[in-house]
Amino acid sequence: MVQKLGTLTETASQTGGPYVHIGCIPTFAGLPGVYPEDLGLSPIAEGAKGEVITITGSIYDGTGWAMRDAMFESWQADATGRYAGQPGADPAVSGFCRFAADKDTGEYTLRTVKPGAVKGHDGRLMAPHISVWIVARGINIGLHTRIYFDDEDNSADPLLARIEQRPRVETLIAKRIAEGHYRFDIRLQGQGETVFLDI
Amino acid sequence: MTETGRLIPRRRDMHPVPYDPEYKTSLTRSPNLPLLSLESTPSEETGPRFGHGLIGALDNNLILNFSKGAAPAIGERIRVHGRVLDENARPVPHTLVEIWQANAGGRYRHVKDTYFAPLDPNFGGCGRTLTDENGYYEFLTIRPGAYPWPNRGNDWRPMHIHFSVFGHSFGQRLITQAYFEGDPLIARCPIAATVKDRGQLDQLVAPLDMGASRPMDYLAYRFDIVLRGRRQTMFENKPEGM
Repeated sequence: MVQKLGTLTETASQTGGPYVHIGCIPTFAGLPGVYPEDLGLSPIAEGAKGEVITITGSIYDGTGWAMRDAMFESWQADATGRYAGQPGADPAVSGFCRFAADKDTGEYTLRTVKPGAVKGHDGRLMAPHISVWIVARGINIGLHTRIYFDDEDNSADPLLARIEQRPRVETLIAKRIAEGHYRFDIRLQGQGETVFLDI
Repeated sequence: MTETGRLIPRRRDMHPVPYDPEYKTSLTRSPNLPLLSLESTPSEETGPRFGHGLIGALDNNLILNFSKGAAPAIGERIRVHGRVLDENARPVPHTLVEIWQANAGGRYRHVKDTYFAPLDPNFGGCGRTLTDENGYYEFLTIRPGAYPWPNRGNDWRPMHIHFSVFGHSFGQRLITQAYFEGDPLIARCPIAATVKDRGQLDQLVAPLDMGASRPMDYLAYRFDIVLRGRRQTMFENKPEGM
């Protein structure tokens, strides 16, 4: 016998199921009035500093079908690379957003400010990115990924550098399609599968 | 913020398998390729915080919150309570816990739920609360009904409540489900069965807690939740090998 560690094991995940909207964005789900408004409606408030951008896209299952029932959460730094609560962070940037695939088209929209680069623990800068967490029916444990931007210098980003198959880097990079407007599609499985993170 | 340190890597074998033939929807919604494993960065070690100003007086009372206190929901009254801890067995205080569930007949108030069990005009099915300084939370609700769902020929979900927990960092984000002690449908449920470790499945089953129940009012069930912890060491932030 040896000493007991006294540590616990993380509770097992379970799928958010088809009705995740009821619990997380009830007004969107058709239950208005339970709360004054849905949590995380916008990651920015009036007066947020930086370039306001819109990201749209879809999330596709392994058959290429744009899923109508996925829910997303995003977390990001402000325009100077500070997370909410850190010294000097922009008070108009909460950095957190919840949004869902449209129930008819499957398309999502995220309106935010473009984040600044964030310094990693080793002092190297991570290129501007938005962290994304995805849940839906059929996803047994929420999937983490990141959105980078094709008009930023991503060449020295430590996470992107770890991707062995270089064409897969593209799956994490939003494409600029108009002034202040980017496209970011997510593919859960198969051809062009998005890089998901265990981080 | 006093919390520092890298997140302890997830033990994926303690979680459900992403691809499980008995849960059909998972077949096309699970990555084929391995996840990219990396040590956490500030992007995962920070996360949104929510204040007490967010929470309304009835938010954790699903019996009354949909009717705004006008009329109680139909069903067996239960209290569901417990603590949110991390892997280091420390409480996670002031963190947001959200729940959602079917009504007593097994019907969700959702446009996509077409099961013919009736809606309860006084039950919405969502609630939220913040843990206190000891990581403790509680909800008052009704026991959700079991219901059939399209999967294999005749699959039924056991009675369950969905839980969403934030912790203090984006990398801790967790959604899970609480089941009820003694429900024979748990052992027949392909979603519960995506958790292959028996001990981990047992941890999703809330025991009856008579000591926390109130005579002539409600039964209680206890459901503790463990989130990822952080590695605590004074060797952090030093060059490798020093």
